[in-house]
Amino acid sequence: MTRKQKITLIRIIVSAALLAAAIVVRRFVSMPWWAELLMFLAPYLTVGYDVLKKAFLNVIHGQIFDENFLMCIATIGAFAIKEYPEAAFVMLFYQVGELFQSIAVGRSRKSIAGLMNIRPDHANVLRNGEELVVSPDGVEPGEEIIIRSGERVPLDGVVLEGSTSLNMAALTGESAPRDVNVGENVISGSVNLSGLIRVRTTGVYADSTVSKVLELVERSAERKSRQENFITKFAKWYTPAVVVSAVLLALIPPLLFHGSWTEWLERALIFLVVSCPCALVISVPLSFFCGMGGASKKGVLVKGSNYLDALSKVGAVVFDKTGTLTRGSFEVTAVHTRCMSRAELLDIAAMAESYSNHPIAESIVRAHGGHIDKSRIGEVKELAGLGIEAEIDGRRVLAGNRRLMHERGLTPVCRFGCGETDEGTCVHIAADGEYLGHIIISDEVKASSPRAIAKLRQAGIRTVMLTGDSEYAANEVGKQLGLDEVHSGLLPNDKVELVEKMLETKGRRTLAFVGDGINDAPVLSRADVGIAMGALGSDAAIEAADIVIADDDPEKVFTAFRTAKRTMRIVKENIVFALAVKLIVLVLGAFGIANMWIAVFADVGVAVIAVLNAIRAMKVRS
Amino acid sequence: MKKTFQLEDLDCANCALKMENAIKKLEGVTDASVSFIMQKMTVEAEDGADFDALMKKVVKLCRKVEPDCRIIL
Repeated sequence: MTRKQKITLIRIIVSAALLAAAIVVRRFVSMPWWAELLMFLAPYLTVGYDVLKKAFLNVIHGQIFDENFLMCIATIGAFAIKEYPEAAFVMLFYQVGELFQSIAVGRSRKSIAGLMNIRPDHANVLRNGEELVVSPDGVEPGEEIIIRSGERVPLDGVVLEGSTSLNMAALTGESAPRDVNVGENVISGSVNLSGLIRVRTTGVYADSTVSKVLELVERSAERKSRQENFITKFAKWYTPAVVVSAVLLALIPPLLFHGSWTEWLERALIFLVVSCPCALVISVPLSFFCGMGGASKKGVLVKGSNYLDALSKVGAVVFDKTGTLTRGSFEVTAVHTRCMSRAELLDIAAMAESYSNHPIAESIVRAHGGHIDKSRIGEVKELAGLGIEAEIDGRRVLAGNRRLMHERGLTPVCRFGCGETDEGTCVHIAADGEYLGHIIISDEVKASSPRAIAKLRQAGIRTVMLTGDSEYAANEVGKQLGLDEVHSGLLPNDKVELVEKMLETKGRRTLAFVGDGINDAPVLSRADVGIAMGALGSDAAIEAADIVIADDDPEKVFTAFRTAKRTMRIVKENIVFALAVKLIVLVLGAFGIANMWIAVFADVGVAVIAVLNAIRAMKVRS
Repeated sequence: MKKTFQLEDLDCANCALKMENAIKKLEGVTDASVSFIMQKMTVEAEDGADFDALMKKVVKLCRKVEPDCRIIL
């Protein structure tokens, strides 16, 4: 409890004691009305003086319809109709509720802050052979820093010396530590678990992974969901509407229908107490925030509550194949050629692909293994969705898919009976219009992909896979995973077109696209919900995506979906519960059935329950 | 230009909403958001605006809406 909360608690206890004493005294001693009034004013003022003060100040500042003001009118009204104990009790009850609410909100604030406690507070930088402790944003790129065991990695960098294991749970939700050695990258925000490492920083703090993640999470409150906007609009109309009804309720029956002034005034006061929209105004954004906080603990970063709303209504999830459902780590499994040795073909292919960072190109360079003489390579052109055209030893070399060969009037043939594409991706090589042979590369399906697809399908979601790969390779993966739909042989702009077509015909449910973020940026931004995977460190993906999955586990897509569903359910529960209770109490109050107690419960009691319910959204099962 | 400020003793969600709406209406402010949960305020002003003078207005405005709440500048 904070100091303010403790003081409130003491005031509540003192006031409760005074009130109990006053009730006992009144029962046994008869006294004039002013003595009674004074006796009940003591507990009332003890617990409620700050409410009166705030109400007074707010009225001076022109803020009429606020909670404090309404509570004051209601309780002063109760004094006016000589309901002294009731007036004091209502104020006491209100303050107890406010205290509960403040504690509950404080708790959830603290646990959310705990989830985001990944901000590094210092860096040990080596300057002129001396070790200095500085703030992370005071370190330049290329400087050397020392990270000891137990310390948080302050900046992104490359290990120069030492090896250790890192806990990346705060970033990826993955609890198994990751081992790093010399030459490998370390990501800021992770925690060094065992040994001392020296690291060369690769960028400034503002561009580091941890800053990006923190900025993303902190800014998420700015993108508001439909529900939050609804509450904002609702609150604008609701309070004045209830206050006007209260005035009408107090005036019309006594004036027109000879009702008793005291009775209708009391009913009007009940209206005023119920009129505060706090339960909604607090609990709805809090539910979203807890949902996003819980998801970030599992390595799912959501950019705004509107995306949780959209994801909860998802009808189809479209996956990119390579790097998303499959590992994207390709291995050369066969080299088929007739007119030259395998090593020679691999040599040509490796040279052609040596400037590309496509995973397939990298696998060929890796398979080649040896030194690549770059002086033999001339102009290199990357042909999107087709392959590469390169000048090697003065010959025009083509390395790419079947379509590229057909476009250049070549017919791939295989005298080894592999059918060219039978085992996976096939890179055909040709030089100066002569077909040389092909290299077969296979990609492995991620271990958790089948589970991810099965769970999504079980939830009634259509699963679709898009790939630039050959039909055969795509269908193999499709069968293995049990996907509903597979589209293969797509160029990057085909993917955009296809997703756009699906968006037109999707109906009321939304469409999510999951990609690894490297070349999917246009599709990621086009889909209702763009999910980038394994995207830590890739700025373009973080920029384009609505939801970022920190590691590369496709099952997290389902985690994100379930969190979204659960959060939305809690939000709806809170809206319906708060509105229903308030409406019922308003109706009961108008008919004289509800008393002031029930009215105060409908205000603060409901707010406390809604806040406690909102906190549930933070628990996310993996 | 956009700046974020920490808030202290922001106890009422409805007040946060009122503060946000009031700041948005200030001249020179392009956007504002007050997060009750994070206890943070983000103010976005037109380029070239006198931010310090603007923040003085913001502080005054917030004191009107919620006297308890303090903006840490």
